[in-house]
Amino acid sequence: MDNRDIVIIGGGPAGLAAAISAYHAGVCDILILERENSLGGILNQCIHNGFGLHKFKEELTGPEYAERYVDQVHELNIEYKLETMVIDITEDKHVIAMNEIEGVIDIKAKTIILAMGCRERPRGALNIPGNRPSGIFTAGTAQKYVNIDGYLPGREVVILGSGDIGLIMARRLTLEGAKVKMVCEILPYSGGLKRNIVQCLDDYDIPLRLSHTITKIHGKERIEAVTVAKVDEFLKPIKETEEYVTCDTLLLSVGLIPENELTRKAGITINPKTQGPIVDSNLETSIPGVYACGNVLHVHDLVDYVSDEASIAGQKAAMFVKNSLISDDKFAVIAGKGVRYTVPSWIIDDSSIAMSIIRFRVDGVYKDHFVTIKLDNEKAYHKQKRILTPGEMEQVMILRKWIDAKPELKTIEILLEED
Amino acid sequence: MMYDVIVIGAGVIGANIARELAKYELNIMVLEKNLDVCEGTSKANSGIVHSGYDAKPGSLKAKYNVIGNVLMEDLCKELVVPFKRNGSLVLAFSESESATLKILLDQGHKNKVKDLAILEKEAIIAKEPNINKNVYQALYAPSGGIVDPFELTLASAEVAFLNDVSFQFGTRVTHIYREDDAFMVVTNRGEYKSRTIVNAAGVFADDINNLISDTKYRILPRKGEYCLFDKQIGDLVTSTIFQLPTKEGKGVLVTPTAEGNLLIGPNSEFVDDKNDTSTSEEGIREVIRRAKQSVDNIPMPFVITAFAGLRATEKNEDFVIGEADDVPGFFNALGIESPGLTAAPAIAIEIAHMVAQKLEAKQSDNYIIKRNKTVHFESLSIKEKQELFLKDKNYGKIICRCELVTLAEILDSIKRPLGAKTVDGVKRRTRAGSGRCQGGFCSPKIVEILAKELGKDLREILKSSEKSTYLIGLDKDLL
Repeated sequence: MDNRDIVIIGGGPAGLAAAISAYHAGVCDILILERENSLGGILNQCIHNGFGLHKFKEELTGPEYAERYVDQVHELNIEYKLETMVIDITEDKHVIAMNEIEGVIDIKAKTIILAMGCRERPRGALNIPGNRPSGIFTAGTAQKYVNIDGYLPGREVVILGSGDIGLIMARRLTLEGAKVKMVCEILPYSGGLKRNIVQCLDDYDIPLRLSHTITKIHGKERIEAVTVAKVDEFLKPIKETEEYVTCDTLLLSVGLIPENELTRKAGITINPKTQGPIVDSNLETSIPGVYACGNVLHVHDLVDYVSDEASIAGQKAAMFVKNSLISDDKFAVIAGKGVRYTVPSWIIDDSSIAMSIIRFRVDGVYKDHFVTIKLDNEKAYHKQKRILTPGEMEQVMILRKWIDAKPELKTIEILLEED
Repeated sequence: MMYDVIVIGAGVIGANIARELAKYELNIMVLEKNLDVCEGTSKANSGIVHSGYDAKPGSLKAKYNVIGNVLMEDLCKELVVPFKRNGSLVLAFSESESATLKILLDQGHKNKVKDLAILEKEAIIAKEPNINKNVYQALYAPSGGIVDPFELTLASAEVAFLNDVSFQFGTRVTHIYREDDAFMVVTNRGEYKSRTIVNAAGVFADDINNLISDTKYRILPRKGEYCLFDKQIGDLVTSTIFQLPTKEGKGVLVTPTAEGNLLIGPNSEFVDDKNDTSTSEEGIREVIRRAKQSVDNIPMPFVITAFAGLRATEKNEDFVIGEADDVPGFFNALGIESPGLTAAPAIAIEIAHMVAQKLEAKQSDNYIIKRNKTVHFESLSIKEKQELFLKDKNYGKIICRCELVTLAEILDSIKRPLGAKTVDGVKRRTRAGSGRCQGGFCSPKIVEILAKELGKDLREILKSSEKSTYLIGLDKDLL
């Protein structure tokens, strides 16, 4: 058995940023466990640009963004193991992993940082009726084939779901020679970033069919066509609008699910809305000394925010190791009207922290609404936004001075208001 | 080359017959139109080992069901196939429905099913806390079980293969004619000559029979749709939960599978097309609605996939087992719908015996019973995992993260007898890609491993059938 101060599960953007920040916070005994054969996570297959605009004020590709962090990990001599799969985490913070060199590895950690990322929702979760032929891929799987392996999955493509990976793949497949016939989105708004709709669909004349879904898959061996239909306000397909669209490939970009099987096995409490662990503003889960950050915590739109979030997890984990966290008291954060969830769910009562970030998603499209923060029913913040959509993550700051001004404070609520 | 027996079809029936035939000194060939064993009805069913109260007394279904139920446990032990005698319950929700339970109980007694009992509400709920609380009584059959139908088929085929039975895949029978004392079996890959034929062609068995016999049969394929759930809720029920049987069959059930998932289904719908295994929105909705009558809190977000299978319902609704009256040497195992999986071991012994008698074949002295064990890495203890790793480093490399399938297991599935040649073949043998992400992460890796092991290009690798490719070209090929 090995003993470690910090074990980080996942060597993607979250795990890397957490490691670097923990190191700078004074803990050097860090081990990153990565299941793939290189650090960088899913960024390695995201060869388009647009990463790092917030963080570096530059437009980097995914691998370039990852490289900045991987280089630091190497410079700081932070230890990592590749092709190492964690198969169990226990409540007393043992991490059990496997790899080809050592076999089963048992590590007793003082703290664990969960940074396993997320996976794509598969077809089965949607229950699209019809046959089960080949030619149906999640957008990320197709991205791996095209960008890493250099193979083209098909000639004529329909994409279901307007998540960012689907939009990015619409452009990529077009550039590689395939014909992308349409992107269907069951909701009346896109699940992806506005800039991706413009740069990946509009610029290539790929139609985005909002309020449309696929009602049947045709083709016994390889997919041959899909039936596309408009949906009503209750998202039910309207029979009369059904249209037969031929294609040899269907890409699914219908949502991402944080990969929390290990988290669940360890007995950590999960937020059913995010499918990620419930955390406080230190990003600590329900097991003391176990932290979470990045897409395993909640699905982000931008890696820049993943890096920021992960830095906090790394820093707090280091403080946990050094016993320098000063407070366990916390205030509940409530997702009020129009807000689907918030991360974190608690703000730690720590007067040394000048401000805490709360990230959230809204539950529908809201135009000209106000984002309001209430501290025990008293408005501390009230700001109008031109548009709020579930596809774009929002964030607000909770200032320490607001908390200091309310000695009896119990809850902090984030909500949307019309005026 | 003259074969003693040609078995048409490598489903659970054909594979088990081949395995039983291999116990005799016979030269045997199995012809299968698909690229792998267990590609038809045998792969898409409930995986239930029925106790036998349901079949009409005196029918062949009743006879082979009850014998098959007894044989199944030892056979699965011998073949190392997942099997569990988890018991089954038929639920009644009112006094009037309970009357049907009594009929089933009587029928069960007539069929010589052991240990049947009527349970009262409290006993049912104590046994199955998640069952709809409006339950009134239930028929309890402790001899009911669950089995992995694919493993049972594959293991039988493997043992047959180890005993020198030949297999030809991708080989579709189109004509049969007699030449002197032999049969000529015409296929898309040439002609095969044999002294006898066993027809185990599932939903196509009527077509095969009608090629050579004047006693015509007609199979009306009856579709059943299912939803499969994540292992996380695999213990929602421990027994197999039936509703009262109707004219359409045993109704929608809720059951754990032998692999630990939860399964609901099937509905019942006659279809025209024997290749139609598509699911429909209405069908899946019906399955869910009816399953919730038995277990009201089935968590739908845990659905992994939906699928459909076809029952080979013969118009007289019983099995047809034995030599055709007008064609000596031509043996049918036809109309094998539920409880066909349960009956398979019994049907196989019977048919093999008939064929052996016909050919006056002797029992073989060197029949190999055992096949090489397959490893199910996920279910092993940490210590066992490490022991395996010390023997083979490929056990340290996990390819499918959802089901924890290692490279060693995948290589074994490709290299072992009748090994996997397709991604679905690997999936069914190892469970890689059958978990919650449905191959999102591991399928590109499996395509790559298959290409390497089979000496092919990635573009040639298939999902299951001949045209089911994954990749059509290289990037920019079309530009």
